[in-house]
Amino acid sequence: MGIEDLARWVSASVFNLEASSRASEAVSFFIIDSIEIFALLIMITLIMGAVRYVVPLEKMRDFLVAKNWYGFDLFLASSFGAVTPFCSCSSIPLFIGFLGAGVPLGVTFAFLITSPLINEVAVALMVGLFGWKVTAMYVVSGLVIGVAGGYILGRMRMERYVESFLQGKRNGGRVPEARAKVFSREAGRWILREAWGVIKQVTPYLLIGVAVGAAIHGYLPKGLLERYVGQGNLFAVPLAVVAGVPFYSGAHSVIPIIQPLVEKGVPLGTALAFMMAVVGLSFPEMMILMKVMKWPLLVSFFGITAVGMVIIGYVLNLIVV
Amino acid sequence: MKIKILGMGCAGCARFEANTRLALGELGIAEDVEKVTDLSDVMEYGVLSLPALVVDEKVLSFGQVLSASEVKKIISKELD
Repeated sequence: MGIEDLARWVSASVFNLEASSRASEAVSFFIIDSIEIFALLIMITLIMGAVRYVVPLEKMRDFLVAKNWYGFDLFLASSFGAVTPFCSCSSIPLFIGFLGAGVPLGVTFAFLITSPLINEVAVALMVGLFGWKVTAMYVVSGLVIGVAGGYILGRMRMERYVESFLQGKRNGGRVPEARAKVFSREAGRWILREAWGVIKQVTPYLLIGVAVGAAIHGYLPKGLLERYVGQGNLFAVPLAVVAGVPFYSGAHSVIPIIQPLVEKGVPLGTALAFMMAVVGLSFPEMMILMKVMKWPLLVSFFGITAVGMVIIGYVLNLIVV
Repeated sequence: MKIKILGMGCAGCARFEANTRLALGELGIAEDVEKVTDLSDVMEYGVLSLPALVVDEKVLSFGQVLSASEVKKIISKELD
């Protein structure tokens, strides 16, 4: 009701499209999804802005240094990663900052793995396009990969592969960030600016993603992809992950494309594995991280994360069928 | 006053640089902005995320792509 009628009206009268024609389907899809997504996006960026205001990165870092808790810190780091935005520009300062302050390597990795995979934009999109259940599964998957990956990498004791020239830097707490009280006007301004910043940055790519998704929804014949990456193909999941690595894109661009693909017959696990690889593993990130990690560590990081994604892909395929 | 921008090449850092230059122009500050992109130099300031604004070796903002007017506000406050 409501939005769907509006969308149908627009396709019919504004674009003069025959109802239930492919073009009309595509346009309706685009309009419906865009509106839903924006509503969710605004809500969730505001909430996340508030969370980040109250728990800025420095606090998270200090928290992770102090606690150990037999591995609970891995879960904590993963959760923190889920809450923070991800700019590839920030992954290194963060990596070094955390290590420099004394956060263990494995824990830092847990954060680094989860950060690009789970962010508020991804969650907003997934809820809008896939519903809460799938979103919850995705978030849990991301956390699991983060914790497991962080744990394994920590156990491998690869501290020596971090560039030595950076080991000596003390980076803990040098930048005091004065935060006003939570319910003050200054806090409100900060949160609005943060939320608006995310929305402004994400919107163009988002719209492109939804447009591509709309085209897929309207025009791609059902079952075409299923032949190649459907349940029958055992290698679909690893292939999906490998295919995702060369592409880099934020979750906001990929998710709107994934949903129609799933509709058209691509198994959910395979599709999500592809998405995780696109979002979580990328050449640009690798280039940047190469400056602070020697390649054995970098390769281990990528390899373990990729394997985690493949496993999750299989698991989701099994669960969701 | 010595003004530096810490950034390592992502789109947000480029936007921040543009906004900062705009702000300085509007404030009538003639000094050029120094762009710090070398990793070890950036890490000297101990920031956790980029881009960052550094004035006279003091980090005034980091992790946010401030608009030109926000940069103006911050720098004006510093001038007083």
